[in-house]
Amino acid sequence: MLKVQNIRKVFNEGTVNEKIALDNLSLELKPGDFVTVIGGNGAGKSTLMNAVSGAYPVDEGKILIDGVDVTHLPEYKRAKYIGRVFQDPMMGTAATMQIEENMALAARRGKFRSLLPGITKKERAYYKEQLATLELGLENRMTAKVGLLSGGQRQALTLLMAVLKKPKLLLLDEHTAALDPKTAAKVLETTQKIVEKNNLTTLMITHNMKDAIAFGNRLIMMNNGHIVVDVSGDEKKNLTVKQLLDMFSAASGSDEADDKLLLS
Amino acid sequence: MTGFLNALPGAISQGLIWGIMALGLYITFKVLELSDLTVDGSLCTGGAVCVMMMVNGANVWLAMLVATLAGAATGAVTGFFHTKCKIPAILSGILTQFGLWSVNLAIMDMNPTVRVDAEKFGALVSSNFVNEVKKGRMAFYKHPIFVVALLIIALIAVMYWFFGTEKGASIRATGTNAHMARAQGINTDANKMVGLMLSNGLVALAGALLCQYNGFTEIAMGRGAIVIGLAAIVIGDVLFAKLFRNFALKLAAVAIGAVVYQVVVQFVVSVLDINTNYMKLFTALIIAVFLTIPNFQGKIFKKSRKERSHA
Ligand SMILES: Nc1ncnc2c1ncn2[C@@H]1O[C@H](COP(=O)(O)OP(=O)(O)OP(=O)(O)O)[C@@H](O)[C@H]1O
Ligand SMILES: [Mg+2]
Repeated sequence: MLKVQNIRKVFNEGTVNEKIALDNLSLELKPGDFVTVIGGNGAGKSTLMNAVSGAYPVDEGKILIDGVDVTHLPEYKRAKYIGRVFQDPMMGTAATMQIEENMALAARRGKFRSLLPGITKKERAYYKEQLATLELGLENRMTAKVGLLSGGQRQALTLLMAVLKKPKLLLLDEHTAALDPKTAAKVLETTQKIVEKNNLTTLMITHNMKDAIAFGNRLIMMNNGHIVVDVSGDEKKNLTVKQLLDMFSAASGSDEADDKLLLS
Repeated sequence: MTGFLNALPGAISQGLIWGIMALGLYITFKVLELSDLTVDGSLCTGGAVCVMMMVNGANVWLAMLVATLAGAATGAVTGFFHTKCKIPAILSGILTQFGLWSVNLAIMDMNPTVRVDAEKFGALVSSNFVNEVKKGRMAFYKHPIFVVALLIIALIAVMYWFFGTEKGASIRATGTNAHMARAQGINTDANKMVGLMLSNGLVALAGALLCQYNGFTEIAMGRGAIVIGLAAIVIGDVLFAKLFRNFALKLAAVAIGAVVYQVVVQFVVSVLDINTNYMKLFTALIIAVFLTIPNFQGKIFKKSRKERSHA
């Protein structure tokens, strides 16, 4: 479903701040794969997602989504294939617009935007139904401005918007990191439900080792712009946090695992 | 005081024309959250095109239509600088505005002012009509207040419809959160372009009406226009923010804000008898005050709430 071939991304090339964020990285996802991504700060996880989503161009390599070469497509055109939820709850929704307006915008992802009404009665009923599945009571606040919602509510809504028009690929970049533990757990649970129901090919970055093991059918670990660990199937299911930490130390060549990784 | 009252219909007429300009500005400043300074130039472009066409025998409606399109073209230039050349929006607008001075002068055949006789060339609005209607020599529906108010109602209706469409909603999203917009497949650059074109089209239309009203166009007419438009938006917002939640009403508030501004200016000039030289200083202060009020209100409101919760 997703094919990333030998991509390379260098920031500030030729300066003292030069940083090779992605170094000849390749990755292939089969339809229905739910891959969790871990790695220390600055490992290149977000850069990988931004490269796939087209937020910035890659220097070398190719990216294919469901056989379509999207390497040179601008971000807004790739959006046709991709649903996204960001770390910052502010980023995924239009705060000054209503809940239903946000959903209507998302439902038209990848379609030509005409001079027909931005939202119809029939859609409203459908959105109401969909919102109800979040079990947050948002179905009764359809015309409320999204800016009034809490971070968790916004992330849940963004998630729903990302899959309203079924994407070929769902990208989640630490989408629960800004939430309190209880809300984070709830949003993760919703994520699981949505991914399973729609059988979505998913890439999920997390800093929580337990979550990385518990969710999905495959786990990759990144370091310095490389994929250093790639486990799936039973091997992944039976992983422990301790093993993962050992793998990290071995891969990064330091005996001390990253602070943030240890925390979780 | 009677001088002020006599001048009131004229001030309201001009206020309404500036209201159209402010509606255009609203699209960039409020909807797209973009600071576009093209308007100081495009206002004059609208006036110049309209007047030159009229004195050359064109129908007034055709002249206004072409003036509007010319304004849209100036917006497209700024849009090009901003979205294609990646120049910051403010600077893009300044560049267009600066260059337009030459273009506008060329449109006006290198004359800094060009007169247009309202009656002779069939103007839609004119300051003369205000008196003519008053003296009963002209039907009331030719009064500039009536004509421009109708035009504003029509424009607000169209804007209300447009920003409710798929395209219009995507422009609103572009202004609120370009990141989200792109993630939802919206071409934010194209939308900024459309917004800038619509905005400057309206500004040019206002310029066309203003020149007809005054009976002439002059190369410097747009100088400071942005400040007057901004004043209208800010005044409308402060006066009606609590009352008007609906988008159409918010647009109406902008037009009313423009009228309030002109009336206040008239009051200052004719009642307080202040030298018109100080109008610019006065305007700057008014806007500063009106921009301060919302923050100030917020503080007082919070304080009283806190006090209540302590009680
Ligand atoms: N826009 C940018 N300009 C310059 N350098 C950047 C940019 N974005 C990322 N980098 C650098 O690229 C490297 C990889 O960053 P990236 O954001 O992909 O890391 P990450 O794995 O997502 O880390 P984190 O866990 O902290 O989110 C870092 O060294 C970062 O400083
Ligand atoms: Mg990151």
